[in-house]
Amino acid sequence: MIESRVADGGAPAVVFDHVSKAFGAKQVLRDVSFDVRAGEALCILGRSGTGKSVTLKLIVSLIKPDQGKIWIEQDEITHLNESELSRVRRKMGFLFQDAALFDSLTLYDNLALPLARLTDKSPQEIDFVIDRVLGEVGLASDKAKTPSELSGGMRKRAGLARALVLEPKILLADEPSSGLDRITASEIDELLLRQKTEHKTALIVVTHDVRGARRLADRIVVLDKGNLLAEGTFAEIEHSESAIARQLVTE
Amino acid sequence: MFETAGEVSVFGFQAVTDLFRLPFEGQQIRQQLAEIGSKSLPLVVASGFALGAVLTLHTRSTLVTFGATAWIPTVQALAFFLEIGPLVTGLLVAGRVGSGIGAVLSNMRATEQIDAIESLSIDSFKFLVVPRIVACTIALPILTLFLDFAGLLGGFASEYAATRTSFQLYITQSFESFEWSNFYAPTLKTAVFGFIIGTVSSFLGYTTNEGAAGVGRAATRSVVASSLLIILIDVILIKFIFFIFPESAL
Repeated sequence: MIESRVADGGAPAVVFDHVSKAFGAKQVLRDVSFDVRAGEALCILGRSGTGKSVTLKLIVSLIKPDQGKIWIEQDEITHLNESELSRVRRKMGFLFQDAALFDSLTLYDNLALPLARLTDKSPQEIDFVIDRVLGEVGLASDKAKTPSELSGGMRKRAGLARALVLEPKILLADEPSSGLDRITASEIDELLLRQKTEHKTALIVVTHDVRGARRLADRIVVLDKGNLLAEGTFAEIEHSESAIARQLVTE
Repeated sequence: MFETAGEVSVFGFQAVTDLFRLPFEGQQIRQQLAEIGSKSLPLVVASGFALGAVLTLHTRSTLVTFGATAWIPTVQALAFFLEIGPLVTGLLVAGRVGSGIGAVLSNMRATEQIDAIESLSIDSFKFLVVPRIVACTIALPILTLFLDFAGLLGGFASEYAATRTSFQLYITQSFESFEWSNFYAPTLKTAVFGFIIGTVSSFLGYTTNEGAAGVGRAATRSVVASSLLIILIDVILIKFIFFIFPESAL
């Protein structure tokens, strides 16, 4: 399946190739494969504890798979050393479930940290980039605040700003709408969608929010108990042979 | 237990080797020195002063019996510089800083902040752990000096209240029987205490995998393990100091 998609759509940004992962006796992923191209949004749906967040952490190489290969553009990352991984990770932005902002730093410093350490931008350029990115997520006037002074929705947007500050080619989002009201959740979805369409970013979103997934996703992957149950467009999943997959995409 | 001891040793060794690997985390080290050193200062000085005063009161009541009250400043200085200062500073910092490091790092692990640092291509070990261990190692000898001198001041205050002795006389008597080796070897051994506090509490916080519930446990374990190790290592270091500097043995 992956080979045929490469043939008709160019090289994927992310390829997850027959990946398995277990924690102790618990098998979290079993022989899972999918791919995502630049400018495409893939939503991963599934019940809690089915390996969705683990999938994202495998892509950014925070954990290593037991079997299988993971490609980020031209790099197969499962055997890279730390300095090579560092280069590959710069292509990716990660919006964590609870934003994972550094709570001892202000919002400005949260965004300035990767810019100061990983780029050779001057302080003025860093100011400019932070103002632009915070403006995009609607937090331009809050940069002096610490994470504890932000609401849940603001923290999510701040986490998204930090994920975008290095202009990633691949954006990973773990439950971007969890714990948010419907209006704030759709604002976050809108920001993700804009990133995909305007910057041709490859988007991989783990979510339980079917409404948000319908708005964002070009394709859906359904995981259950570590197995890939179904993959395709919403329409294809709605007619899938798997009852669980059909149930998951029904609001 | 031996497995954990081995893991902590490897953890500490990695911190030492990472210290000399670029980029140098100067800003983080300065920040941690302020957090660990400056903010511990009031606690250390207050404790030293109170201990000095109390120790003098006890010593006086005993030495009066033998008509040897003139020895109070000497006994006070030797007690503080040789053992009370280094050990009490180590235990105080283990309580205040060790629990803080354990709690902060385990909270960062539980809330995915460490994962976020890694995902930003930043080496979280070098960024979070190395500066804390270095700051503890540097701060402990300095804090020990503050506690030692605060102890002498507390002793003087107590003596002044009892006998109206002069400050100059008290200080002169304090250092009358003092050798240079009585001073620097016990003070410098606290750098080892600092390294132990930094390494053990960072290890327990950084490697925890127990979610939010693990934060409190990591803080408690950090204090207990650091304090116990300091007391045990103190015995070994004293024997070592006597071996290297035989003149420092009283």
